[in-house]
Amino acid sequence: MLEYARWKYVLIVVVLLLALLFALPNFFGEDPALQVARKDHTAMASGGQKQVESFLAEHKLPYSASYLDNGHLMVRFASVADQLAARDAVNDKFQQDLITALSFAPRTPAFLRALGLRPMPLGLDLRGGLYLLYQVDVNAAVGQALEGYAQDTRRALATAGIPVKDVVTVPGANALRIVLPAEADVKAARAALNTVLNGLTVSTESLASGSAILATLTPAQVRERQDYAIQQNITTLRNRVNELGVSEPIVQRQGVDRINVQLPGVQNSAEVKNTLGRVATLEFRLEDMQSNVAEAVASGRAPLGSKLYTHTRFGRPVLLKREVIATGDQLTNATSGNGQEGPVVNIKLDARAGDAMLKTTQANLNKRMAVVLIEKHREVSEVDGKKVTRDVTDEQVINDATIRGVFSNQFQISGLTGGEARDLALLLRSGSLATPIYVVEERAVGPSLGKENIRKGVTALIVGMAGVFLFMIIYYHTFGVVADLVLLANVVLLTALLSLMRASLSLPGIAGIILTVGMAVDANVLIYERIREELRKGVSPQAAIRAGFEKAFSAIADSNITTLIAGVVLWVLGTGPIKGFAVVLILGIATSMFTALMGSRALLTLMYGGRRKIAGLSIG
Amino acid sequence: MEFFSNQTSFPFMSTRKWWYALSGILVVASLAAFFTRGLNLAIDFTGGVNAEINFSKSVDVETVRQQLRSAGFHEPEVQTFGSSRDIVVRLPPDAKQAAGEVRARLEGALKGLDPSVQVAQLDVVGPQVGSELRVSAIWALGSTLVFIFLYLAWRFHTWRLSFGAILAVLHDPILVVGFFAISQTSFDLPVVAAILAVVGYSLNDTVVVFDRIRERFESNRRSPPAQVLDESINQTLSRTIMTKVVTSIVVVALLFLGGPVLKGFSEALLIGIVAGTYSSIYISSAVALDCGLTAEHIFPSVKKAVLDHLP
Repeated sequence: MLEYARWKYVLIVVVLLLALLFALPNFFGEDPALQVARKDHTAMASGGQKQVESFLAEHKLPYSASYLDNGHLMVRFASVADQLAARDAVNDKFQQDLITALSFAPRTPAFLRALGLRPMPLGLDLRGGLYLLYQVDVNAAVGQALEGYAQDTRRALATAGIPVKDVVTVPGANALRIVLPAEADVKAARAALNTVLNGLTVSTESLASGSAILATLTPAQVRERQDYAIQQNITTLRNRVNELGVSEPIVQRQGVDRINVQLPGVQNSAEVKNTLGRVATLEFRLEDMQSNVAEAVASGRAPLGSKLYTHTRFGRPVLLKREVIATGDQLTNATSGNGQEGPVVNIKLDARAGDAMLKTTQANLNKRMAVVLIEKHREVSEVDGKKVTRDVTDEQVINDATIRGVFSNQFQISGLTGGEARDLALLLRSGSLATPIYVVEERAVGPSLGKENIRKGVTALIVGMAGVFLFMIIYYHTFGVVADLVLLANVVLLTALLSLMRASLSLPGIAGIILTVGMAVDANVLIYERIREELRKGVSPQAAIRAGFEKAFSAIADSNITTLIAGVVLWVLGTGPIKGFAVVLILGIATSMFTALMGSRALLTLMYGGRRKIAGLSIG
Repeated sequence: MEFFSNQTSFPFMSTRKWWYALSGILVVASLAAFFTRGLNLAIDFTGGVNAEINFSKSVDVETVRQQLRSAGFHEPEVQTFGSSRDIVVRLPPDAKQAAGEVRARLEGALKGLDPSVQVAQLDVVGPQVGSELRVSAIWALGSTLVFIFLYLAWRFHTWRLSFGAILAVLHDPILVVGFFAISQTSFDLPVVAAILAVVGYSLNDTVVVFDRIRERFESNRRSPPAQVLDESINQTLSRTIMTKVVTSIVVVALLFLGGPVLKGFSEALLIGIVAGTYSSIYISSAVALDCGLTAEHIFPSVKKAVLDHLP
């Protein structure tokens, strides 16, 4: 008797239908497209979309579809010529507010898109684009922290009146050495430094000329500092990458101290590297509340002692005093959080800035203080056929708030919405002194090469699978057909999983899919050979099928698990394309076990199960 | 259709001395090739610049090489890549040059040969990253072997089978590497991925054979181990050949249709599959036998293990 639980049938059918749905977006192909985003980082809404659409219609620029996606507008075109014509027109007209980027958009029908389904993103070797690997100098980050402690130490000892010979950082040991003269009172010194060196491991050394206090950062603190440096850089890079207007960029941490940036569709690496490698700083300044802003704007000149800023995040121009209270490199942290009255941004400055802030707030209660973000970058443009380089400085006032109390190095900015608080914290952090980063690896893949690769890989896959299908039918007759159906389901399931995970498909990934096909067949072959053996022994057909599955199971499980181990090791230790290959391998093993064991069983039970009398099995 | 219409009974175990000899020769040859000729390491491992250049007409490799040398490039390696109009140029690492500069220099140097020359793809890998990849590749292989040894020892209750499996598993990559050393095909990251896949595949076979061995020992505790092993291999032969043929169809399709980027990968896979079949048939079981494998080792107590439940 050959039976299979009803709920298992249902499970299989449900899984397959879902898989078909998730895999579907991959089969529609792509169109050249224009990605349009706002320069001020706010999301594109339907108003903006209508604006662009009516502009395109007015100028008779044909497009096949337009839709909002993740805060920007995607417009699809029938040909690259249309795409380029539209890009030039839109750039000319909307230069102030919008940036455009050339990309490809999948032809996914609206209902699939509404469900949030998209095709697998293609890796760089298939799509073409720019790959940059940045190394973050994490040791410099630790060095900066030590410098901060050194400053605070000097200040604390001076306040306590304890003479000190020297305060040096020992970066190699992540420590600070405070050298005291021979007659110094070590105990008193340590007591004075209690709060400053809180959390560090403090010990005393005796030197020939006196004694010294050695304060070492704990490994946890070192790691924290390094993590903070990397996170900060990632945030900064991500912001800048967004400004480039690249579609589907990837900015990720790689390993301990590297950041990996992938920009599909981008070809010009020099320009990109300049944009990403910009230097940014912050300035805290008081607002000039006495002068008239409108006058200054009209005359184009600011009154003595002040500076006019027209580029602000809140729309109106503002006059700020020339004196700088604190700068970006004195910012030690800026995080968004929740205060008593709603979302706030918590700001921490170092000791020197804290002093300056204390003096300022004491003298200027209820006046306003602003934060200016200054970014410098190098622009390369062509003038009369020659390359012209100029350094551009962009100063933007990102916040302007009233001083409500007296504070020194820790304070909060309130009166913001949750989103504003997060944005502000981000901008503050991107302006504080990020540790230096430099490019260690760079790859540019031409898009034509990418398309070739896809075509060849897919062709190989189709031919390979056709060969397998044919062979299975010749060798196993009807059972071969079952195996082929199961194989097809396997590929669909694998495609669906990869699309769902948004895992980026690369060339080794395609190879992984092809490998999975081979392994999936293996499972079926194991089962079928067992069935044949049982038949040869004279067992009845239905019992043979059941026995085949039972006996083959341990072999399938063990062999697949060993390959799974190889896949997991590859995934853990590999990077980039190898990781992609490992992901496909692991998922492929899971799907092939599912389809071969459950799918085959279900189909075969349907065909030969129940109480009928079966004469023989068409198993070749 | 069947490959073997009657149950085969090839004498695998009794002829194992010959197969040891063959393996020995192949392994020694591979190692010799590896240590003398060395591998043609791709840019992933050595670091440097790898540029793919498209010409609009056929070019002669030697001419291109001369042109590049006279333009001041140091030791350029020039090869055709796909067609006679596409060439790939490899340059040793030079920390001072940025990718953009190198690209411009290459195009400038070759414009004389063909004004519409284009550098399609340019990879710059700093040497420090190259050596890291090498280290992590070795780590990957080593860790895989350790984990697999442990898993098999746990599943089959004896180190003898694990040991046989590991030797077989080591045997395959050595042969693949030897092939690459002799043929000097470019050895890059996808090839490493292929080798790891080969390890997995070979293990697949080995474990399937072991599973059958375990089953046979379960029912025939008294029979001489050599006979049990022989029978097990013969019984699984049909399945082994079948799976290999099917997988080979796919890999051959890749080899001929997958394009030059996947060439090294498919070659490694093909060699690995062939070597893997051979090693799982002969090496793993034979070694286990010579370590003195008996039924007692797999089934230390009288109680039988419960068969797993089906999914």
